[in-house]
Amino acid sequence: MSDDLQLPLAGTPFGASPSFVELLRAEHPGALPIADDRPPFGAAHGTTVLGLKFADGVLMAGDRRATAGNLIADPKMRKVFEADDFSAIAIAGAAGQAEELVKLFQLELEHYEKITGDRLSLEGKANRLAQMIRSNLPMAMQGLVVVPLFGGYDERRGEGRIFYYDATGGRWEEDDFQTTGSGGAPAKNSLKKRWRPGLARDEALRVAVEALIDAAEDDSATGGPDPVRGIWPIAVAVTAEGAADVPEDQVVAAVEAVVAERSAR
Amino acid sequence: MSFMPYVAPEQLMKDRSDYAHKGIARGRSVIGLEYADGLLFIAENPSVTLHKISEIYDRIAFAGVGKYSEFEELRIAGIRLADLRGYQYGREDVKARDLANAYSQALSAIFTQQMKPYEVEVLVGEVDGEAGGTGIYHILFDGSVSDEHGCVAIGGQSEDLMDALRDRFQEGWDLTTAIRTAVQVLGTTPETREIPAEQIEGAVLDRTKPQRRKFRRLGPDEVASALA
Repeated sequence: MSDDLQLPLAGTPFGASPSFVELLRAEHPGALPIADDRPPFGAAHGTTVLGLKFADGVLMAGDRRATAGNLIADPKMRKVFEADDFSAIAIAGAAGQAEELVKLFQLELEHYEKITGDRLSLEGKANRLAQMIRSNLPMAMQGLVVVPLFGGYDERRGEGRIFYYDATGGRWEEDDFQTTGSGGAPAKNSLKKRWRPGLARDEALRVAVEALIDAAEDDSATGGPDPVRGIWPIAVAVTAEGAADVPEDQVVAAVEAVVAERSAR
Repeated sequence: MSFMPYVAPEQLMKDRSDYAHKGIARGRSVIGLEYADGLLFIAENPSVTLHKISEIYDRIAFAGVGKYSEFEELRIAGIRLADLRGYQYGREDVKARDLANAYSQALSAIFTQQMKPYEVEVLVGEVDGEAGGTGIYHILFDGSVSDEHGCVAIGGQSEDLMDALRDRFQEGWDLTTAIRTAVQVLGTTPETREIPAEQIEGAVLDRTKPQRRKFRRLGPDEVASALA
């Protein structure tokens, strides 16, 4: 890459664009994952992720399995990420595409924040993500579908919000919870029974873990918790204090509670 | 037929340099110094939204003095360079030295080729980079670059400020002492005065910050309590 700062330095003639994706498209289009059109041979797919609201914000969680056809491509894949300080993104679908989309989205938010000196509003972040998925449409037509869930704490409204998307970039806001991925249906059914408004954080974690276990029971592409190898679901909580991983010991405790309850039946 | 009278290159460069110096001297200064946990930047800035100091990357910060539009352009170009490189390679491959070189090249080209030179001086600071500890690069309007150790002042009265700063600077200050001393030093020129806390813009690269991005702006309360 060139080390010289191109003149005019700020790029566009009137005002600098705060978008990293546009910058990348202009400077190094080959580095964009979405400019790629390889056929989807043996591509790994991530499976079940979910997001739900609780009293202090939103909780996003996902299993760890990635599949390629009927093989397990990766038993420890991470599908839930902090997008920035106040939002998180969970992904299901073509794994390579999805991870690249997450990386690009994280940078898009950081770049905007650094250039303008302000964080995007949660609404703005959700819209930007929809546009980025839409530009992935040609890949979606070949079966490389990426469908994320996006959740965050809206600092202006003082509440957690959840958005979900489809492969065409359609964007909807959820009032309570949402799931996506191959095990999305059983996970959603589980949440329907157990979710209620104003859950405490530990209750929310338990409900989320239970939904993932239900999904793993019904869907072969969703991985359940694996105590032998120490593979546990990953959860990220976003509250007014920011977005942070739920510590693994808390996830383990939630899994053990669910398992104990089920074996006592 | 019109023609340009002959101007000796020495004279041409001197005129441009004088022009840039005058422009920079009209603005206020920025101080950068090491403290126990990283790097501190302090500027006298009556505006709370038009910053002289800002974040470039995880461990890299930027400070500029002189003409706002010009150092703002440099700041944005720096963020673009850093983010592109971090995306294409790895986050740890973004180094202050590369940025300093890029600024130096750009400013040098502008100084010799454009109608007028940029009336700016910039600092690029980094914690825990290649050198291990902290590094501060100082780039002048003509592209000359130097790496500074401990403390540096840029802007209008930088030489007087530098003298005052060198007399007082000690390694291993805590943040409060560093803020207080930097503000006192800024208040020594052009006349001795007390700068109110709300006119101080401050930011740190704090290596003890748990997050990946080490840059943090100092809040008005933090500055006020350090000065109290």
